Amino acid sequence: MQRQAASMKRSLFNQEYLDEQFNELEELQDDANPNFVEEVVNLFFTDSARLIRNIELALANGPYDFGRLDDMMHQFKGSSSSIGAKRVKRECSQFQEYCNGRNIEGCKRAFQGVKQEYATLKTKLDAYFQMAREAS
Amino acid sequence: MSLFHVIGFGLNLLLTLCCWFVSVISMNWLNDGEIMTTKTLLGDGEQIVMKLWEGIAELSSKIYHCYPQYVVAKKWWRKLLIAWVLLWIIVSFSVFWYMSTQAYEKRKETLTSMCDERARMLQDQFNVSMNHVQAMSILISTFHHGRNPSAIDQSTFARYTDRTAFERPLTSGVAYAVRVLHSERKEFEKKHGWSIKRMDILEQTPVHKDDEYDRDGLEPSPIQEEYAPVIFAQDTIAHVISVDMLSGKEDRENVLRARESGKGVLTAPFKLLKTNRLGVIKTFAVYKTDLPSNATPNERIQATDGYLGGVLDIESLVEKLLQQLASKQTILVNVYDTTNISHPISMYGSNVSSDGVQHVSALNFGDPFRRHEMRCRFKQKPPWPWLAITTATGIIVIALLIGQIFHATINRIAKVEDDYQKMMMLKKRAEAADIAKSQFLATVSHEIRTPMNGVLGMLHMLMDTGLDVTQQDYVSTAQASGKALVSLINEVLDQAKIESGKLELEAVCFDVRATLDEVLSLFSGKSQEKGVELAAYISDKVPDVLIGDPGRFRQIITNLMGNSIKFTEEGHIFVTVHLVEEVIESAEEFKMESSLKSTLSGLPVADKRQSWRNFVVFNQEGSCASFASSSLDQINLMVSVEDTGVGIPLEAQSRIFTPFMQVGPSIARIHGGTGIGLSISKCLVHLMKGEIGFVSLPKIGSTFTFTAVFTNARCKNEQKIQQINNQSNSVSSDFHGMRALIVDPRTVRAKVSLYHMKRLGVHAEVVSDLSYLRTENGVTNMILIEQEVWDTDLEKSSLFVKNLRRINASVSPKLFILANPINSSRAGVSANGFPIPFVIMKPLRASMLAASLQRAMGVGNKGNCSNGELPGLSLSKLLQGRKILVVDDNNVNLRVAAAALKKYGADVVCTDTGKKALTFLQPPHQFDACFMDIQMPEMDGFQATKKIREMESDINSRIKLGQLPPEAYGNVSSWKVPILAMTADVIQATYEECQKCGMDGYVSKPFEAEQLYQEASRFFHVKPNQNT
Repeated sequence: MQRQAASMKRSLFNQEYLDEQFNELEELQDDANPNFVEEVVNLFFTDSARLIRNIELALANGPYDFGRLDDMMHQFKGSSSSIGAKRVKRECSQFQEYCNGRNIEGCKRAFQGVKQEYATLKTKLDAYFQMAREAS
Repeated sequence: MSLFHVIGFGLNLLLTLCCWFVSVISMNWLNDGEIMTTKTLLGDGEQIVMKLWEGIAELSSKIYHCYPQYVVAKKWWRKLLIAWVLLWIIVSFSVFWYMSTQAYEKRKETLTSMCDERARMLQDQFNVSMNHVQAMSILISTFHHGRNPSAIDQSTFARYTDRTAFERPLTSGVAYAVRVLHSERKEFEKKHGWSIKRMDILEQTPVHKDDEYDRDGLEPSPIQEEYAPVIFAQDTIAHVISVDMLSGKEDRENVLRARESGKGVLTAPFKLLKTNRLGVIKTFAVYKTDLPSNATPNERIQATDGYLGGVLDIESLVEKLLQQLASKQTILVNVYDTTNISHPISMYGSNVSSDGVQHVSALNFGDPFRRHEMRCRFKQKPPWPWLAITTATGIIVIALLIGQIFHATINRIAKVEDDYQKMMMLKKRAEAADIAKSQFLATVSHEIRTPMNGVLGMLHMLMDTGLDVTQQDYVSTAQASGKALVSLINEVLDQAKIESGKLELEAVCFDVRATLDEVLSLFSGKSQEKGVELAAYISDKVPDVLIGDPGRFRQIITNLMGNSIKFTEEGHIFVTVHLVEEVIESAEEFKMESSLKSTLSGLPVADKRQSWRNFVVFNQEGSCASFASSSLDQINLMVSVEDTGVGIPLEAQSRIFTPFMQVGPSIARIHGGTGIGLSISKCLVHLMKGEIGFVSLPKIGSTFTFTAVFTNARCKNEQKIQQINNQSNSVSSDFHGMRALIVDPRTVRAKVSLYHMKRLGVHAEVVSDLSYLRTENGVTNMILIEQEVWDTDLEKSSLFVKNLRRINASVSPKLFILANPINSSRAGVSANGFPIPFVIMKPLRASMLAASLQRAMGVGNKGNCSNGELPGLSLSKLLQGRKILVVDDNNVNLRVAAAALKKYGADVVCTDTGKKALTFLQPPHQFDACFMDIQMPEMDGFQATKKIREMESDINSRIKLGQLPPEAYGNVSSWKVPILAMTADVIQATYEECQKCGMDGYVSKPFEAEQLYQEASRFFHVKPNQNT
């Protein structure tokens, strides 16, 4: 079981869903707060859900406030990088680039990417935590 | 190539002339009125000239330098070129026309003169003949009519005329006809024995042969009022005797006219009977009496006795005449009888019609009734006017050539302009590419550096875990490589920064000697490994504390020393620092010093004076005095790094400061490095307003020297200086007033030792040999002996030690051996029973020396941590028990950061806005540090920090003024909580930005252990009492 969890994590790393930062998060987990990683990740998911909703609203109809979009995406990117969500982070950067270029179509497209990566990551991580819990 | 240049220069000159010419014309057009008025005023003339020149200069500068106008100029030039060519074509045609006209006129003139000449001569000859004929008429009137009986008969006449024919060369014959009235006819005929014959028939049947001519065949003349039968005739025309002259139509007219006018008259030309050539008959009347010149025609008719006629062969006359004259070949002469203008009768000359030039000269043969003229033409057609043609062609050719040159020049200018534009564009592109390259380099390096920090941090932490020896070795190797990589990246970043001009120097107080010590300690390990002696010497005149950029200063020296140590296998590396003024003043002394034996390690070195021979400071000798005195605060340091390495090959010396250029490709393989160290050093030296130079002799060594300008710290920031001084002097105070003896035969090395002892406040003396030791000079606390001296003669050494003991038992001077890394292996040799002297390993550094002395002499050591010793403590030790405030609006980030800090034992408080952070950090508080996110809504990290700093300074000042009780603020006199920015994108500007608003530094987010450690260690000093 534990091996399974480990191999799953490895595949997450190999597919670049996660990066080194996730390992560091796991390092931070100790007896004092045994569910630290999961807590943080859940925090990330709830936080991100809110952000995604906000961005979606902001993207729904003009006029587009690119500054605000950029700020929100920066937040999202910050938290993504904190948990080591590499692919999400990449999509966020893409979004920010379009945002700097004032390309609303690009933004929308990139946002779809962000959402997709986010959703994938969520399912994968949920499965991983499920497995990790079962393993322990 | 030079020929081409000459031509080019010629073209330019020509063009300038043209340009000048054109501009003068145009200026004339523009200022026509002005010039007209000023022409009279000589004084203004110069002004006009000046104006013109200005105009020209402007014009040419416009043409040459203004690209937007250059297309216009090109069109303008083209028009000018066409105008120029047209002008010259017109000129050449007019020249051609003028010259050919001239030639034509001249030809005509020649013809005229020739023709006139011929006409006159012809006339003269004719007149001469005429005169002879006239003379003959007088003869006849005298001897025929004047005598009775006549003295002349036909035979006489014939003989006479024959014999005098030479006088009348042109007269083929003369005949005399007498006037016979009808009444006298019978008598006359009887008298002569023949009848008067008619002539008109004779005329109608042209006779060919004289002999066959049958006079008797002629019909007798019909009855007329009067007759004019020929009675005498020259033999040549004897056939006309008895022919009535009045019967011929022409002759009759002639005869009648002659007797009326009393002058000679001419017939129209006719074919002569015998010769069949053209001739005229000239007729004179012979009168009975001498008539007055104004006699009426009637009187004349009445007085007429007879008529004398001469046949003139005009053709031969003219021919003869022409033969006499030169240039007969060139001219065609025609003589016409133009009595009837509409039908001129040709008297001479072929009737070749020619439309060439013709000249007509009138001829006067003495007959007013008849008109004659001579028409002359040139035989040949007029020759081509070659002169005119060549001249005109020449002009056209020259004009076209000039035009071509002009055109070529314009094209060339256009091409050059085009090329220039192209070059400019390429240059811009190249520059852009260069900037892009630098930026790319910077970005990439930075991107590499960030993860590298992670790698290093992890390695560092890995080393803290329980590893076996092999693993430890692997990890340390990995870490060393990583560090090398980071330093390399830093170099590249520096280079990029310098290239983009972003590098700015700090201006902070620093201690030069301490800085140099640090560098020395950096290399001490390596030098000991290689057995190279390291030494530093700073002149007394260099102030302790300077203002400048110690980091960059250190970087330069490190680069130079790094290079030196890389290429030096034996001998020494010697860093000296002097004031530039000092060096200038004591140039002679340096000359002495550089003599062979007195180098640090005894190995020969390159003459370091050569390394600064190109420095501007030294080349303007005169100005150095003023330069020294003008700025008292300005300190001009001169640093030399001398080594006894392999030296730089001569062919590589020129590119030593070029980035990425190394002596050879093999260097990088053997010694590593990127080859940008020296280039960076050069840039840094330039930033410090200094110069860098070197001298290098292969196989002997190199000496690099640079100058740098610093400010003397004396006048500013007294407090800070004190602080720095205290730091460095804390150790030295222990040895103040002590005396030392240095035993060293080499002056340079002794000087270094002396310098270090002096820094510790020890009064030292130098002797060159152990046997020089004297005890009279008071108490000696320590004796420092160069290991070389100690080792060479152990016996002497032991004797010396013995002596030492005996002399001074109470205060035994401590013995120290100054050990070279070269012979350090033998340092431990015990000197048979004597206490082993303390060994001080070189390179000498103040702190290290002090520590060694302290250890040996047992003084001080009040727990002062020596500066050189870095606390090898991990991050957790640093952060243990610290109370830290983390500010981030992002919950996830906040959680992660807090957890990371907690892991290192910190007591973490979290907050999510800048405003809340303000309330937390309102003094008094217990926080040791604050980590602040930069990008936050409402109040970002910079704003929050500024607010916090304002708040703190306000409270500090109020405490100082006593408005607030210090007890309420935890007895802390000055509140300043360290604030570190947390940022996800570590861009260059951020650090400056951080400092601007009062932050102490920044850490990247998510945390990297190494970086966090670096930043935190700057203000968290490990205080043992904190741990409680």
